[in-house]
Amino acid sequence: MKQAAKEVFRSNAVPEAVSSPAEMPSVWVRFVRQWDFQLMILPAVVFLLIFNYAPMYGILLAFKEYNLFKGFADSPWVGTMHFRMFFEAPEFWEIIRNTFVIALLKLIIGFPAPIILALMLNEVGGLFKRVVQTITYIPHFMSWIVISGLAFSMLAVDHGAVNGLLVKLHIVKDPVNWMSEPKYFWGILVGLNVWKEIGFGSIVYLAAIIGIDPSLYESASLDGASRFKQIFLITIPSIMPIMMIFLILGVGNILTAGYEDILVLTRNLNNGIMLPIGNVLDTYVYQMGILNQRYSYASAVGLFKSVLSVVLLVIANASARRFGKTSLW
Amino acid sequence: MKLSLSDKVMKTIIYSLLLVLAFITFYPFWNSLVLSFNVGSDAAAGGITFWPRKFTFENYELVFKEKSIYHAYLITVLRTVVGTLVAMFFTALFAYAMSKKGIVFKKFYTLFAIFTMFFQGGLIPYFVVMYNVHLYNTFWFLILHGMISVYNMIIFRTFFMELPDGLEESAKIDGCSNFGVFFRIVVPISGPVIATLSLFTAVFLWNDWFTPSVFINNQNLIPLQTTLVQIINAGATASLLTNVNSHTASMLQNTVTVKTLQMATMMVATLPILAVYPFLQRFFVKGVLVGSLKE
Repeated sequence: MKQAAKEVFRSNAVPEAVSSPAEMPSVWVRFVRQWDFQLMILPAVVFLLIFNYAPMYGILLAFKEYNLFKGFADSPWVGTMHFRMFFEAPEFWEIIRNTFVIALLKLIIGFPAPIILALMLNEVGGLFKRVVQTITYIPHFMSWIVISGLAFSMLAVDHGAVNGLLVKLHIVKDPVNWMSEPKYFWGILVGLNVWKEIGFGSIVYLAAIIGIDPSLYESASLDGASRFKQIFLITIPSIMPIMMIFLILGVGNILTAGYEDILVLTRNLNNGIMLPIGNVLDTYVYQMGILNQRYSYASAVGLFKSVLSVVLLVIANASARRFGKTSLW
Repeated sequence: MKLSLSDKVMKTIIYSLLLVLAFITFYPFWNSLVLSFNVGSDAAAGGITFWPRKFTFENYELVFKEKSIYHAYLITVLRTVVGTLVAMFFTALFAYAMSKKGIVFKKFYTLFAIFTMFFQGGLIPYFVVMYNVHLYNTFWFLILHGMISVYNMIIFRTFFMELPDGLEESAKIDGCSNFGVFFRIVVPISGPVIATLSLFTAVFLWNDWFTPSVFINNQNLIPLQTTLVQIINAGATASLLTNVNSHTASMLQNTVTVKTLQMATMMVATLPILAVYPFLQRFFVKGVLVGSLKE
């Protein structure tokens, strides 16, 4: 995304008019002459103003005591009161811990999984490969609510497939109540994320692997390297740059790793047992703002999160740039 | 080339792992489909895995007889079709103008758009704005939410910039306006990119359950995936089972269970995507590659 931004800026740096400034008609004359192009842009600008910039201005809610019926202007200013309330809230550290632990687990397990799948898919071929690809891409296109329906069904205590298998294999004696024990929550959450995205995430790496020069493999096998060795000597080093880019992007976006999964697995935060382990900054904003209608307090929490994630993004981008400079392979 | 022993072992392990992965991805869908075609009271006894034991359509009958579900279905279809058309139309127009040279304020528009990719107001300010511009609880919110995607605009713009200039010039000589050029020349030759981006937009709109659950209060405007939230949280299904009109109830209530009804609703919500997916897979794959090239 950052790269895209840069690319756009670069293309704009090129002088767009060939004539010298003196011969050029004024900005407004040119604007009127290209009225049709400007008309094409207008709806998008209006849209962004209402749907993106007005909410940015609305962040000021965090410093007010907003009342939906009094309106924005008539609600009193309260300074940083809501921020202080949040920092002193008994659930503050719990939420911070959950946010970072869940995000880190998703990254640590969710990042290498599609790479491993791509490496494995590269070793097989033909119809088998295509069938596995087709099947593993499917969950990406399912909503989290459908995924949760499948998960509740598979993990059910009575006649759930997972419990059935575990009991049959004598791994557990009695069916486990997966969905109501907090100790399983993080595992189920991360597992479902991997299950949903592993196939789709492998597309990029497969494309990178296909781009590797085949003569590298030929000379390696002439030198007697096994297929297994070739994976580590050729394939992985060749896709290392794209792996690093995705890793850095993943770190930068760690706080925006999604929260729909948490909402559906806790039945819209109604499953109270899971809250101490599952409530993250985003779900807390939803809980406080939408469910409890504490708009200003929730806006303050949301702003806190936005600032945190922008800081992370800047750090990640800085290291990406550094990485881009120092790495010459 | 002869495979060494270690390579053979590796191949065997890889094939088995991939088989296991394919199975655990496929089975939950298949099992839910099977359960949705099984008599509910029979399914409650368990043991149904790959094939229905007592085949029936009654779960689906109930789903389609229940007004709240088929109405939600209608809303989802409308939202997906209209929303995708509107989003593609305005995003492509925006991108087309931005692909031209010498557009006044282009630098400003670019910054204006790109900035929104990095910083957003957040859920609550967005909610308050939607409430105050009277889009809260309206069908138009469902259409307009996410209408302009800056990300898609950049992909469109890159595509338009690579189109040969000659095509458009000859049309202009024939007396076409800029709008005419866009609709008659540019749109018809942009099929692949429009198809790819439409697909992703349509899937997003079809699957989106969260924003309607927050921004729509009127039960008549709730799309299917949001109804599904209520149905999967079993309480709603129990009341649904008792709410159906007496005729249906007397016919079905004894055998349909919460579980099989959930499965049937889930399948109704997923099957359209599963049905078109194999034919459109290459577009999806193309889409993700176009996207990642921009990263």
